[in-house]
Amino acid sequence: MTTQSSPHEPLLNTADSRWQQFLDSHFWHSFKRDKVAIVSFSIFFLFILASLSAPLLAPMDPYDMTQFDLMDSELPPVWQEEGDSRFLFGTDAQGRDMWSTILYGTRLSLIIGVCAVMLQAFLGIVIGLSAGYFGGRVDSFLMRLADIQLSFSTLMVAIIFLAIFQAAFGAELYQDLAMVMLVLVIGIAEWPQYARTVRASVLAERKKEYVDAARVIGLGPIRIMFRHILPNTLSPVLVISTVQIANAIISEASLSFLGLGMPPSQPSLGSLIASGFEFIFSGAWWITIIPGIALILLVLVINLLGDWLRDVLNPKLYKG
Amino acid sequence: MALLEIHDLEVKFALRSGPVTALRDISFSLDRGQRLGIVGESGAGKSVAAFSILNLISRPGYISKGKILFDGNDLAQLNPSQLRNVRGNRISMIFQDPMMTLNPVLTVGAQMVESLQAHTRISRQEARKIALEKLRLVHIPSPEKRLDQYPHELSGGMKQRIIIAIALLLNPDIIIADEPTTALDVTIQAEIMDLLLELCEDRNLGLILITHDLGVVSQVTERTIVMYAGRIIEMGPTKEIINDAQHPYTQGLINALPQQGIPGRRLNQIPGSMPPLQQLPNGCAFHPRCAYAKAACKEQIPAFTQSGGCQVACHMVAELVNQAGKSPALENSPSTGQDS
Repeated sequence: MTTQSSPHEPLLNTADSRWQQFLDSHFWHSFKRDKVAIVSFSIFFLFILASLSAPLLAPMDPYDMTQFDLMDSELPPVWQEEGDSRFLFGTDAQGRDMWSTILYGTRLSLIIGVCAVMLQAFLGIVIGLSAGYFGGRVDSFLMRLADIQLSFSTLMVAIIFLAIFQAAFGAELYQDLAMVMLVLVIGIAEWPQYARTVRASVLAERKKEYVDAARVIGLGPIRIMFRHILPNTLSPVLVISTVQIANAIISEASLSFLGLGMPPSQPSLGSLIASGFEFIFSGAWWITIIPGIALILLVLVINLLGDWLRDVLNPKLYKG
Repeated sequence: MALLEIHDLEVKFALRSGPVTALRDISFSLDRGQRLGIVGESGAGKSVAAFSILNLISRPGYISKGKILFDGNDLAQLNPSQLRNVRGNRISMIFQDPMMTLNPVLTVGAQMVESLQAHTRISRQEARKIALEKLRLVHIPSPEKRLDQYPHELSGGMKQRIIIAIALLLNPDIIIADEPTTALDVTIQAEIMDLLLELCEDRNLGLILITHDLGVVSQVTERTIVMYAGRIIEMGPTKEIINDAQHPYTQGLINALPQQGIPGRRLNQIPGSMPPLQQLPNGCAFHPRCAYAKAACKEQIPAFTQSGGCQVACHMVAELVNQAGKSPALENSPSTGQDS
């Protein structure tokens, strides 16, 4: 036992004490007790690790056409009789290694999902905070705007927008900008979720005395909104963020499946599923099914983590 | 001219059913070093008065009439950035519930540094130094440690001390304390009141103390305002008000103190309760509960009359004073004024 860990000694190393604090927290304890959370988090962590290190793990670069060989096309996964040991999950119609493509595809799907959610969160938080804090007409106007946005489904907005963009600027430009466009479209279409959540919490927080106290001190509205109220509304934001990332990944996959998302030369999970779809009845099921399983697994673990987070952050739901 | 002068202040709340007057005809003044108490029942308008001094009434409330002259400027006319300059800087405020007044997600130090930086251009280090100095001033043990703690790590009394320290950060001229001890237990209450008194005397601060505790008022303040249903009904030196209340309502309040009761008997109380502001009776708002009410009380709002050192808004004052120099309501309480 070293004296450093004794509570009476001043903690010399703040990083250590932070870590100690984390280990003592309710957060960590409930995580340790929840098997579903542990499994989901491990799988999610593996997904992230795999997508971050895709260039190291992948045996071939799926974006480099020169590496494919048409002779290798539609080879089944290794565990099948005709499988080739070079291709773990088989190959697609162009002879592209499925394992590499799924790694890169997961990376794309995750990046698009996270970036789209960041955009949603930014728009939603700014709008929701202003609506909740200023109230009155500003509130009515912004929330009607949110209602209007919500009355169009995300997919409909995205399809119309992306189709018009492709028609107007041509498929070439679209291929280059596909990722940015997807982030923009999914981000803009879903901000009302955040705006509503943030506004509801702000309405509750605004009545509390610390807000009055901040006004009495003479702080301006922007400072009060972002520094005093916002941190107090972050736990619901954190919870919907997980769900929204899952939703954004699904939206991206759906759009790609419909041919409006990532181009086949840079496939995300959605466009991989789509590209295998025409071969599914000719026996090459792996081109669709394997990325499909990856997508389902990814979305499922994110949702499970979101559920767990919601339970942890909601003090009313403490389970004994 | 006094530092803070309030003339004919009227505050209304625009409700769906029409405007409701929450405060009317409020006039008083306060200088540095003076201590003023405002007492009254819940809903008498004490807190609204406090908030309106800083022009902090938020919708649907608004100041409909009157002037709040601070250092010659009318706070009711200033624009938001000029107002922010006064708030916290020249006049600061202490709230009722210390558990709620500090932001739960920011450390004490962060909140103190922030309010300093909102008004002055100083570095974080300097701001922390000033914060430390103020924490020492309010007698907080190991202040260096407190700066990095979150509000939930501190006790109620400690939090209220920190709130007082925050109020003192910019050396204001006036502190408005809105029931600063209501949420604390009795021993801590006494400590906090002593601290406030000490600070006001040492630093020549003006203090407006809002409370419903007449005991606290008698210990701390020099002058007292008694409010009822949004109006001032009696105003004068605290000693006179406590020892020789003129208005029947004030007499009732003093009689209702537990010290005034006779052991074994029910405590005295004023019959009835304060009318809602939407349905104020004509004339004197207190007349339905007043033992001395006469016809005039039901028709006319009483004007202030001078009685001793006090100003009293009651039609019956002259008569009551004449009755053998002693008011009948106080007959069963011979020890009036000796409590403290």
